This record gives sequence, structure tokens and C-alpha cells, in this order.
Amino acid sequence: MSKKINLTLKIWRQKNQLTPGKFETYQTHGVDTDMSFLEMLDVVNEKLTKEGKDPIAFDHDCREGICGTCGAVINGQPHGPMRGTTLCQLHMRNFKDGETLVIEPWHARGFPINKDLSVDRSAFDRIITSGGFISVKTGQAPDAHTLAIPKDTADTAMDAAQCIGCGACVAACPNGSAMLFVGAKVSHLNHLPQGAPEKKARVLNMVTQMDKEGFGNCSNAYECEAACPKEISVAHIAKMNKDYRAS
Amino acid sequence: MLDPKIPTGALKDKWTNHKFNNKLVNPANRRKYKIIVVGTGLAGASAAASLGEMGYNVESFCFQDSPRRAHSIAAQGGINAAKNYPNDGDSVRRLFYDTIKGGDFRSREANVYRLAEVSNSIIDQCVAQGVPFAREYSGYLDNRSFGGAQVSRTFYARGQTGQQLLLGAYQALMKEVGKKNVILHPRTEMLDLVVIDGVARGIIVRDLITGKIESHAADAVVLATGGYGNVFYLSTNAKGCNVTATWRAHKKGAFFANPCYTQIHPTCIPVHGDYQSKLTLMSESLRNDGRVWVPKKPKDSRPAHEIPEDERDYFLERKYPAFGNLVPRDIASRNAKEQCDLGRGVGETGMAVYLDFKDAIARLGAENIKEKYSNLFDMYAKITGTDPYKTPMMIYPAVHYTMGGLWVDYNLMSNLPGLFVIGEANFSDHGANRLGASALMQGLADGYFVLPYTIANYLAQVKPNAKEILARGEFKEAEAQVNERIKKLLSIKGKTTVDEFHRKLGLLVWEKCGMARNEAGLKETLKLIPELREQFWKDVCVLGSGEELNQALERAGRVADFLEFGELMCLDALERQESCGGHFREEYQTPEGEALRRDDQFSYVAAWQFNAVGQPPTLHKEELKFEEVHLAQRSYK
Repeated sequence: MSKKINLTLKIWRQKNQLTPGKFETYQTHGVDTDMSFLEMLDVVNEKLTKEGKDPIAFDHDCREGICGTCGAVINGQPHGPMRGTTLCQLHMRNFKDGETLVIEPWHARGFPINKDLSVDRSAFDRIITSGGFISVKTGQAPDAHTLAIPKDTADTAMDAAQCIGCGACVAACPNGSAMLFVGAKVSHLNHLPQGAPEKKARVLNMVTQMDKEGFGNCSNAYECEAACPKEISVAHIAKMNKDYRAS
Repeated sequence: MLDPKIPTGALKDKWTNHKFNNKLVNPANRRKYKIIVVGTGLAGASAAASLGEMGYNVESFCFQDSPRRAHSIAAQGGINAAKNYPNDGDSVRRLFYDTIKGGDFRSREANVYRLAEVSNSIIDQCVAQGVPFAREYSGYLDNRSFGGAQVSRTFYARGQTGQQLLLGAYQALMKEVGKKNVILHPRTEMLDLVVIDGVARGIIVRDLITGKIESHAADAVVLATGGYGNVFYLSTNAKGCNVTATWRAHKKGAFFANPCYTQIHPTCIPVHGDYQSKLTLMSESLRNDGRVWVPKKPKDSRPAHEIPEDERDYFLERKYPAFGNLVPRDIASRNAKEQCDLGRGVGETGMAVYLDFKDAIARLGAENIKEKYSNLFDMYAKITGTDPYKTPMMIYPAVHYTMGGLWVDYNLMSNLPGLFVIGEANFSDHGANRLGASALMQGLADGYFVLPYTIANYLAQVKPNAKEILARGEFKEAEAQVNERIKKLLSIKGKTTVDEFHRKLGLLVWEKCGMARNEAGLKETLKLIPELREQFWKDVCVLGSGEELNQALERAGRVADFLEFGELMCLDALERQESCGGHFREEYQTPEGEALRRDDQFSYVAAWQFNAVGQPPTLHKEELKFEEVHLAQRSYK
């Protein structure tokens, strides 16, 4: 059964990329514990709007944990305290009455802040552009059953392919590294026989682009895996490193 | 009467002959043509990637921060194809027939046949791209069953098929971006279509970060901007899904077809509070193993496990023994509503039915169920706080997909030359009801295998001149109108928020134009929507400026369009005096309560022409001719 709780929110407010930001404090009363975190922010925004105050900008879209658009750091944890959960799937029943929540955008060199909690993650698109694909053109494909792929290979590729590109891994990493994101895509495509012809070029180009975008390196803190809403394993980073060495 | 330009000849030869008869653009000339593709879901991304590969100059636009986030990503269950890998009697003809029948005989035969025909190529293409479809221990692809079919023809990647297919198309698109065949414009929203001398020649867009308004000209414009389900406010669509691109095109002359055909999906998590922002779908694939039931006794408040077997009504299995829990979506939804209306609904609100996995878990083991559906079960547990491995899920229908959309001919071109419409944004293939796992199929069929051929035939007949045309006054005029509208929205400074208006509109259309519709209710709504619209333009509150990231301003523009579109949807529902698929008019039902079609009078596509806001639109009809299938009342018994 749902309950009502009161919370103190300290939210990062920043007008745009060029203006320095700061925390603002908001009191919220009667938050229904069945609400999602984003629904709670909606209610705060409705109230701010009614008061003539600028609502908080935050990115979101599907609200079912798959599009990867939403994300914020709650009390130091990207996507909040629940494992394997995006911000939109985090529900208020996981918080206590009277709690104070510090809510910040992803902070990383690779992700400039657009406004408030919204960040620019186009670096991820540029990394995919550098090699995160198989270069088959429409119409070139042979019959899908030409090639049998062992189930465990397909399953491993799928484990990696689940990445939603939200950027929590980068936000969680002490070095602002994107290696889980890049590793997941390299591992997905390099595990599959279809990805084999471009295996070496893929990993070299993607790692080069990742470095160019200003993301840091991996120092095995494993914070990325802990923060990942799809619980993608750091083993995929190892796969990337292995392929990189061989390239 | 509208001419759909269906090629002559036998149904099975139409597409092959048409491809041969189509004009081509030679490879050296392709780079001279510029094509705008709006939207980066399955249809938009696959089209932009394919056109880029062919050598056209493509510009791709999406309002999301990355093309990978379009709402196709949320499709869960799977994608249909007539591969017949399970050896259970599938064929192109059977997929065609199932789709026509599932659509309640309100779609175009030739389009549907083509869809079934190219379905197999989609699977081949996706596998080659590295889409990790589920496989059996043999290493070959696995299939499962979906509603409205008695064969297993659905390919899937766990419960994330849409995600994997979209990432495949997105990666193909980014590959072309890297080769500079496609220029990408993320966080850019289309706010108008520019029509010059009756031909679609470009779009006006707003950069969502800086607020800058810009014109883009092209030799052809492709809209792949999805459906209009969010007119209901609460739906399974992403929050950003909207009707703006197609509605603005409609206001510039493109006909809107069959807007009353909306799909209410039977298995969604029920509504729980008035702050609720969206509804969450539980994939139809769950009906492979889950059994739908309600207590036989009305207002039975006992928890599910205390209700003995003989006091449960597995109403779908009882009423439709041949298809059981796998009847098409419209039928499953209507039956759930009927049970709740009889007072047999469960949960706090009484607006839910059970979807029970107890028997499947006993038969197959929890591990097996977990392997198939773990992400769905986890999502259900996160949202509701209950464990579906132990207690049955509670589900209720919710708006999910819209079969209506801009009218297109066989070439996927609207009545405006140069304007192509693909994916959910067009009306073409699903008739009055879409079968499960067919949206992914249609989006990718249009983008990979249909549009690249038909657009070439159009381009071959026009001279490329996108650069020169940009200088025409129509672009500046359209920019001025867009700026004016933004200024107006910001200047009202009223007391009611955008979301408050959207919720009001949503409730109104859900009550009167949702799962069941009648004349009186629709007429009432047709009076109330214009009133609400008037109130909106007097009292909406949008803070901030147009020269920054302003999410309330974005929503305000979209809701303003829904307030116009909603009226057309209700009008279409009022004019269609029959029941078919997702459009259920209470006045027209069989004695058993099934949809009663009136083929003698309504076997047509209703394509509406815009006149002015508040003025009645003009109805154009496209007659539906059935040469191959025999029209029958759908039976799933």
C-alpha cells in the first residue's frame, strides 16, 4: 500500500553550459511512495510553474527503463540507490520520510551540461560512428540461417548489447571513463561471427575516439558495473582490452 | 475517390513487377538529390541508413538527444516474419492473411502482401547487422507465438526486441554519418512542413538547446515520426511521442487517414494515481504462458491465491477456445473491460484482471519462465512492488499504438507529391487493428525495403534543386509563422500548466473515444474539445524564453496540436458507423458482443483534408477492394 512521505531536495540548477551552477533546496510534501522518481520531479515542476519559477530541466522519454534518456546522481549514486534500475524505474517507496536527497546531473568531462540535470552525451554517438557497427548494407544479407551461432555466444553478445547508452557508467567512474559503454559495444559485435571481419579496426577506432572525447581510463574500481541499470559486467571491458592488444 | 496507385497484375507479382517498372536514379546522380528524414525510430533510421548507403544526400532529424532513443526501442516481444523455420505451416500468404484478418479487413491487400513478402529479408538483414536474436541450442533462431496467429513466427531478443532492432538500424545510420552520407540533427524538432507549388520541399525546425528556428530544403521529405497515442495523455508511448510533425503536414495539405483506429493493448500495468505520467506495457508474449482470469463472483476481494480454481473464470479460454489467451489485442482488451464493467475486476480500483503464471511455472519451472521473461517480471516488480513469480500480475488495457496516420499510396507517398510517410506515422498496413510483433516488421519493411525503391521512382522524375528552392519566400513565411506561435505560447502567461490541459484532453478522449464509443459521447466530446482548446490559448502557462532549452514550451506546442487532432479523431469515430478492430461503436455489435462491421457501407479508408481550425474537414474515400481474401466476420473461437 502506498504512503505519503516528505523530502528535502537539493537540486543542481544551471542555466546553460557557460553559466556556473549551484544547488537549490526544495521541500516536497506528501510524496506518494508509488510514484516513480521522475513523477516526483514532475510534481515539483508543476508546483514551481504555478509559483512562476523556472521548472527543473531533466531528460526523460520512455519512462520504462529502456531508452536511456533519463539519469541523475542521487546522493552520490547514478540512477539512485537501487541496483539495475534507471531513474524512471526508481520508485519513491525506496526512500524514507524526512530524507534529504542531493540530485545532480552526470558530472564528466565527456558530458557537458546543457541545463540543470540535462547533459550532452553526443560523445557516445561519435564513438559508435567511429566503429560500433557491422558494415553490411541493406540488401546484402544472406539467409539468417546460413550461419549457426552457438547459443552461449549469442547470449553473451546479448548481455553486452543490452546497454542503453545512458552514461551512468561514466558518471560513476572516478576517472570519468567510458570503457564499460565502449567495451559493451565492442564485446557485442566482436563476439559474433558477423562482426569478425572488422574486429580489429572496430576496437582500435572506438578506443581512439573514446580517448579523443576526453573520457578517462579504467582503474578497476568497478563502479560502472555497480551503477549500470542493465548490470553489464566489467568482463566486457576485459574483452575489449584483449581484442585491443591483439589488434 | 482516392487512387492508391496499386500496380496491376496478380497479388503475388505486384511488388516484383512494380520494382521493375519503377524508374531508377543512377548511382552518379544520387548524390545530387537531398532527402530529409524526420524521425529515427525503426522506420526513420532504417530509411536514412539505406538511402545513405545508396548514395543520396540525407539529413536526419530527431527531437531526442540521440537517434538511438526513439520509442521503437521500447518494443518488447518480437518481430514477425514468414520464415517458417518451425515447420508449422507458415508462408507469405498466411502472414498476409493473418494480418488482413487481424486488421478486421480494413487494410489494403497489396500493401499487406508486400509487407509479408519482404518480412523474411528483414530477419536476414538484422542478423547480418549483429542483432542478437534468441537462439536454440542448435545455434539456429528461436521463434515464439503472438496473438492472432496459430503459427510461431515471432523472432525475439529476450524482452528487448525493439531495442536490439533499433540499435541495429541506429548503428547502420551512424555508419553512414561517419561516411558523411547522412547529416544528423539530434535535439531538433520539426515544427512545420514547407509546401511549394503543391510539392513538399522542406521543413522548419527548432534547435531544442538554443531555440534557433531554421529552414531545411530537400528534393523529398520523409516523415517517420510515429503515432499519436499520446493524445490520450496516459499511454504506453514515450513522453516525447507526439503528433506535431504529421499534424503540421496535415495542416499543409496532407490527408489524415482513419484517425479513429487506435490500439488499446490488453496487458499493461493498471493506473495507480492521478500523478501518473505514463502506462507501462507488459509484452503480449506473456500471453504465451500467462492465463488471464477474474473471479466468477463480482466484487470478490479475496487475494488471488485464496480463490479456488472452480471460482475463477478464464474468460478468454472460455469464449475463444481456438486462440485462447492469444486472441488479437482488440478482442482481449474489450473482454477485460467487459469483465471489469461486470464488477469482476480485481485490485484496489477494480479496473484490472489477473495474468497468472502459476500453471506455466509448475509446468516449465521458474527458471524457464525467467529465461523468457525476466526483464518483464523485474520491471513489473519494480513498478508495483509485488513479485509476479509468487502472485499473479494485475493488468488492464492501455493505449499503445495508432493504426491511423497520414494517407499514403502504394508508394508510401502522401497526396502531397514529395512527402513520404513511413512506419507508424502512416496508415497503411494494419487496418483497424495491428497484430502483435507487426509494428517492428512494418517499420523496417518500409525503411529498408520499400521506400528506397519507391522514392527513387519519384526522384527520377524531378530535377534536384534543394539549394535553389531554399531561397523561396515560402520558407521565410513558414519560419515567421513558427516564431509567431512560439511568441504567442510564451505571452499568454496563464494559470494552468501544459500538463493539466493534456490530462484533461486525455481523460476526455479516453472516456468517449477509447475502448468503446457511441454517438452521444462522441458528439459531446466534439463540443468539449474546442472549448478546452480555446481555454488553452487563453490560460496556458509557459515560463522562460524561446531562446533556450525550454521543455514546457516544447510540450505546449505538442499539446496545442493534440487539441486540434483530438477533434478529428472523434469526428472520424463518429462518422464510422460500424465496429471494426480497435474501433468499437456500441451501437454496432453482434448478439455475442463482437464487433459488427458494415462492409456494404464502410469498406473504405477515410482520408480527411484539413480546411481550418474549428471548421469541418473534407472527407475523401479510398475504396478497399478485396480480390484475394473473402470478407468474413473475424472468428477466433
